[in-house]
This record gives sequence, structure tokens and C-alpha cells, in this order.
Amino acid sequence: MPKQLSIFLENKPGRLESVTEILSKSGINVIAFTIQDRGDFGLMKLLVSKPDQAYLTLADKGFACALKEVLLISIKDKPGNLHKLTELLLKRKVNIVDAHGFVVAPDQEGICCLELKQAQDIKGFLTKEGFRVLDEEGLAEIYDH
Amino acid sequence: MVINYWDKEHETLDKQALKKLQLRRLKDTVEAALKTPFYKSRLCKAGIKSCDDITCIEDLKKIPFTTKDDLRECYPQGLLAVGLEGVVRIHTSSGTTGTPTVIYHTREDINRWTDLVARCIIATGVNQGDIFQNMMSYGMFTGGLGLHYGAERVGLTVIPIGSGNTKRQIQLMHDFKTTLVHATPSYLLHIYSKLEESGFSIKDLVLKKAYLGAEPYSENTRKKIEELFAIDAYNSYGLSEMNGPGVAFECLYKCGMHVWEDAYLLEVIDPKTAVELGADKEGEIVFTTLTREATPLLRYRTRDLAFIYKGECKCQRSHRRLSRITGRTDDMLIVNGVNLYPSQIEEVIMRIPEVGTNYQIYLEKEGSLDKLVVKVEIYSKMFKGDLAELDNLRDRIKDELRAAVIINPVVELHEPGNLPVFEGKAKRVLDMRQKL
Repeated sequence: MPKQLSIFLENKPGRLESVTEILSKSGINVIAFTIQDRGDFGLMKLLVSKPDQAYLTLADKGFACALKEVLLISIKDKPGNLHKLTELLLKRKVNIVDAHGFVVAPDQEGICCLELKQAQDIKGFLTKEGFRVLDEEGLAEIYDH
Repeated sequence: MVINYWDKEHETLDKQALKKLQLRRLKDTVEAALKTPFYKSRLCKAGIKSCDDITCIEDLKKIPFTTKDDLRECYPQGLLAVGLEGVVRIHTSSGTTGTPTVIYHTREDINRWTDLVARCIIATGVNQGDIFQNMMSYGMFTGGLGLHYGAERVGLTVIPIGSGNTKRQIQLMHDFKTTLVHATPSYLLHIYSKLEESGFSIKDLVLKKAYLGAEPYSENTRKKIEELFAIDAYNSYGLSEMNGPGVAFECLYKCGMHVWEDAYLLEVIDPKTAVELGADKEGEIVFTTLTREATPLLRYRTRDLAFIYKGECKCQRSHRRLSRITGRTDDMLIVNGVNLYPSQIEEVIMRIPEVGTNYQIYLEKEGSLDKLVVKVEIYSKMFKGDLAELDNLRDRIKDELRAAVIINPVVELHEPGNLPVFEGKAKRVLDMRQKL
């Protein structure tokens, strides 16, 4: 399964910049990111081109970070398709902890990134319903083709 | 000024008679102390095998000092001089970290403590007919119960509200026409700041006097409180090792707190050399109990710094006056009237695997109340990227700290390596509070 990088950051000036500086120096591409805020600290979550390398580089620099497995679902970028996905997830009682989404090719493809409470085997179910579930190489492939 | 006394005979005892009384009581105290395992060994080592070895007041100096650490080592019964069935009250130090200390009281100990507090109340011109709202915590903290018992003995009308719940405090002050309160100066200032939003003004209250204690504060703050509330405010000093409140108290003249010298032998010493200092010289207060039965204490080093005033007080009490407490010889902090050692916080933090060993204790004022902030660093190896776990962690640290130090701290989670580290001894405590 693909991995999302979580970094613990204090909510103060310069923290975001210190992360992006390191990633840019290491030639790591940021595909999507979001921040879950808790007031004086937050979790920055990133989908990057080389998650393992990003994790090691940041951990080396003293950041508290972790890699978590996520479900990456490719959706054809058309109105109604996200809704179709959420209906399916509801039907299957999928317990979502965290989610975010982004477009990779307008009118063509969007990605929905889900962190699940427990690992659930829904890849087969989603594929049958017409959604593509990305594996570890999936994100890199978006750039290749 | 009309001067009233609760116990005129003892309060105005001439110096010679007082000294005689002190010697007799010192001998009784040494005899009681020798019944405890701790003092039996300590005193014998110092050549004191019975009270006959004390022939004059100066022989006090033969007795070695007793420290807080001694009390910790003696927990629970090393300093108990009577059978447990004779003990009617147990007061221990607060919190769950470190070894606690305990002071036992017999019925007579409580009786005498109550009388000392009664002396204090009468000395401030308060009497039956006064409505007394006791805003100090009840429970193990001796501030609440100590004043409560003394107030009931004098015959005041007591409202045992304890601390906190400011809106209710104000409502009760109005409903019952409170004339006297016992509180920390910061809490009283806090009440003042909440009057308007509670729908009241000073004109709705009939407060006349306040007893202020449990935390250090300046003469300026006393005057400020007196001005804001249009009352007289009196300084109170006590410590649980010497019962609680009632050790020293201001009289109507408000210049120094009379120490009840027929109940406590008072010394002020140089904390480094242990040499006794004369009047007007700041040093560490040392007390010897003169009437305590269950837990007699000899030459107890309080770690509080103060000086003794020279000369006599206009109230004609022969008991000498102690200044405000000017500092501590150790690193103890006082937060909203509660004592706290940085080591108590350290003990909790070291027990939590998800945070690192670098931490900081930050103290600031929020209005007139103290705010305790404990800053810790996330330990990167234990970080799993789970937000719910972080919320949980913060709550857990808060709960453990609150159990350990009683105070409600704010817990801040920081990135690894972001808290300052100093060469040598880390400066763990940053006290940003402006002195009251």
C-alpha cells in the first residue's frame, strides 16, 4: 500500500518552511499535502514521490515523523464521481480517520487519499465498482505517463 | 484602637516568664521526641538521652536540625510519638510524586492549634457576629481546616466554601453578607476582576477584612487589595509542619506577624552557616514545637527566608514579629497558593515514554491568577503519526501532572530539540510572573 508521511510540527513561523527546504534540497517532489491543526501544534501530512527517502532524511534532521499506509483511489474527474465513491464507502462501513483529495489531471483524474481506522480489504470491492486503487508505484506512475 | 485578646495572659506574658515557660515546654517536647524512633537515635547521638540534658533555653543549640528530607525518610511513623489510637487527624503533603510527609495530631494538638488560630482572629479585631467565608482549600491542605476550627471556636458564622467557583463565591458574599474572607492574594484579586461579569459591584458587598496567606506578596499588593475592596487585609503565615495557619499573624497594627512564642521556639539562622542571626537580619526560619504531642519537631528548617522585627509592638503582645517571607532556600515554587517542586514534575515526565527528557516549566500570570505551563518534547522514536494519540498523550500528561502536583497545568507538546538546552544544569523553570 502507498505511504503518507506525517510530520509533527509546532504551529509557529518557520516550521513549514524548514520541511519544504529539506524536501527541495533532497529533490523530493510533493504531490499533495495537508495540515491537521491542534492549536499549538499540528500534523503535516504529505504524499511525496519518494516517501521512504523523505522519512529518513527528515528523521535524520531530528523531526518527529512517521509513515502511514493510506488508500489512494483514482477517480475519473467528473461531477458525481466523488459522491459515488463516498456512497460505496458508506455501504461498506469503511471507517475513515482522515481524508483529502486533489486533481492530478483536470477532466481526467483526481485522487482521494484515505487513512483508515483499520486495514480493510476493499481494493477488490472498489475495483469492481470502477475505481482504480493505486499501489506503491501508483503515484510515481502519474508522473511517468 | 481597642485591643482584644483571646488569651491575654499568654499573649502578653513578660519576657522572663515566657522564657521560663518555653524551657519547661522544651523539656517536655524533648521527652516526647525521644519516644520516636527518629529522634531517639538522633538525640542520643547528640548526647541527649533525657529531658534532663536540657537545662536552659540555650541548650536548644545542642539539638541537631530537622529537615524536610528527614520527614520524608520517616514516613509514615518514624516521627510518631504517641500510639496511633491517640491520633485524631492525619495531614500529609499533597501530590503523588516523591515520598510524602505526614503530621499527626492528637485531640489536644488540634485543641491547641485551634486556640492559636482563635488568638489570630481576635488579634485582628474580628469576633462573633462576623460572617466568615473560608476560600482556602479544605482537605489535606491545612489552610482550610485550620482557620475553620479557629473561626468556629471564636463563634464566627462560617461558610466553608473552600477554593474555586468564583461566581458562586461572589453570590455567597452577597447573599450572606460576608464580612471576613481567608484567601490567597491572587485569588482575591481574581474575584475582584470577576465582580462585574457576575453582575455585582463592590457596593453590593459588605466585606470588612481579609486574611491573606499561602503565597508571597508585597506590601503594595496588600494596599492594592485594601483599596479595591475598601477593607483591612492581614498577613498570615503557617506551614503544615507547624500545624498550618496560626503560626504567625498580623495584629491590628499590621507591622509584622506575631509568632506565638509559647507554642513555637523561633530561630532565624544563616542558611549556609546555621549560625543564629539577630533581629532585622534576613535568614532561614527554624521552628521547634513546644506543645505538640503526636509529632513533636525540633529545630525544623522551614527553608523560608524572613527576618525578626526589633522592638515591641503597640498591641503590647510580647511575642516577636516576623517579616513577610522574602524567599526560599530551595527551588520550591508556589502556584496559586499550592507548593510545588520542579522535581515532582520531572518525575512525571520521565515516566512517560512518548516524550523526551528535555522539558521546561513556564510560569506566567493570567489576570491575577498563576498559570503553570509544562512544555515537553515529542520523542521522535515513539511518534506514530496519529493525531488522536497525540491528543490522548497531552491529556494523559495533564492528568498525571495534576495528580502529582494538584495544580491544573497547561501541557504544550513541542518538536524534538526545540526546547532550549543549557550547558550544565538546565534552566528548567522560567518564572515570568511579576511579583505580586
